[in-house]
Amino acid sequence: MATSGPAINPIEQFSVSKLVDVHIAGHDFSFTNSSLYMAIAVAIVCILMMIGANGGTGIPGRLQALAEMAYEFVSGMVRSAAGEHGMVFFPLVFCLFMFILICNLVGLIPHAFTVTSHIIITVSMALLVFFTVIIVGIAKNGLHFFKLFVPSGVPIYILPLVVAIEIISFLSRPLSHSVRLFANMLAGHITLNVFGGFCVMLLGAGAVTKAVAVLPFAMTIGLDALELLVAFLQAYVFAMLTCMYLNDALHPGH
Amino acid sequence: MTEPTKATQTEVGHEAGGHANFPPFDSSTFPSQLLWLAITFGALYYVMAKIALPKVGAVIENRKARIAKDLNDAAAMQQQADAAAAAHEKTLADARAKALGVAQEARDKLAAESDLKRKALEDELAAKMVVAEGQIAATRAQAMSNVESIATEAAGAIFERILGRPADSHAIAAAVASVKPT
Repeated sequence: MATSGPAINPIEQFSVSKLVDVHIAGHDFSFTNSSLYMAIAVAIVCILMMIGANGGTGIPGRLQALAEMAYEFVSGMVRSAAGEHGMVFFPLVFCLFMFILICNLVGLIPHAFTVTSHIIITVSMALLVFFTVIIVGIAKNGLHFFKLFVPSGVPIYILPLVVAIEIISFLSRPLSHSVRLFANMLAGHITLNVFGGFCVMLLGAGAVTKAVAVLPFAMTIGLDALELLVAFLQAYVFAMLTCMYLNDALHPGH
Repeated sequence: MTEPTKATQTEVGHEAGGHANFPPFDSSTFPSQLLWLAITFGALYYVMAKIALPKVGAVIENRKARIAKDLNDAAAMQQQADAAAAAHEKTLADARAKALGVAQEARDKLAAESDLKRKALEDELAAKMVVAEGQIAATRAQAMSNVESIATEAAGAIFERILGRPADSHAIAAAVASVKPT
């Protein structure tokens, strides 16, 4: 772990540390910092939305407006991408969006752990969507679901090729879906850590270099703003792709 | 660097080992992350789907319904206000017409009264005129009869003076009457 020296270790921020040891049937199910931040994110979303649920007086306060904005934003997304039938998936898409968004945003707080920077988390969520699409697609459409892989209006002689491409693209969905979020969060946090580390190193190195430390500091500020955008954007992209995949489950006929 | 890092590292040493230096690929943490993701995300899904989202949706729907109702009420009130304004205008116009009527009536009544008075006055004056004319005529007739007797007397006196004898009074009177202008 200590290969890149004590001043900058951009990987260290991703390490999972145990808070409460839990071992069940020989597996390590410990409550870790990752679990803690998942719980924090869930608590934040729940508190926000419960405030939104209780504000029935008609005139919304700030948190109420925020909760309703989130609700209308996601419901608009689901409705536009998957249609009115897609609204059965609204709670799922909403939970994914809010969970990822809050995990990303909380992760931007210095010393906080970023849950979404671990591939196992993003893969789990992507597979959840993937299998939801397959199960719902087959349950609703039966064998018609497999029309998804056979686009209409394609000449018969290139149809096998097109079907093969469609199947590969369908199967690679969870990969791209999960790696996109994971890689964005990982890379962003490493970059932030590296520039922040430069700052600390230059400040510690000597009187002349202290002045130069302003440059990486300015960069860190800029990157922070960028990461705020990325945090929102990646949550949005993940939720939007979820909506589009779910739309395939409901309307497989292209 | 810290205690937890070392703990993770030693654990990795036990198990997969391959990506020991890169925590996101450290498969020894996967069971724990999967379990806690399932627990937390499941709880989140339950709370959102069963409690929070329907309520928030209801709150938004209620507000929309209330705003729509308020707008409808406002439109209805606007109509009422318009109707009231129209009624007010009508009342005002009626009152103005009535006032004009009353004024006209009063004017007519006054005119009629003054006409009546003038007529009475004119009649009275005319009656007085008739009386006065009658008096004048009587006076003149009397005066004329006086003139006749004076002329008869004067003629008698003149006759007596010239002829030296008293005149026949009947003949004198007849002569005066014959020259008297009618």
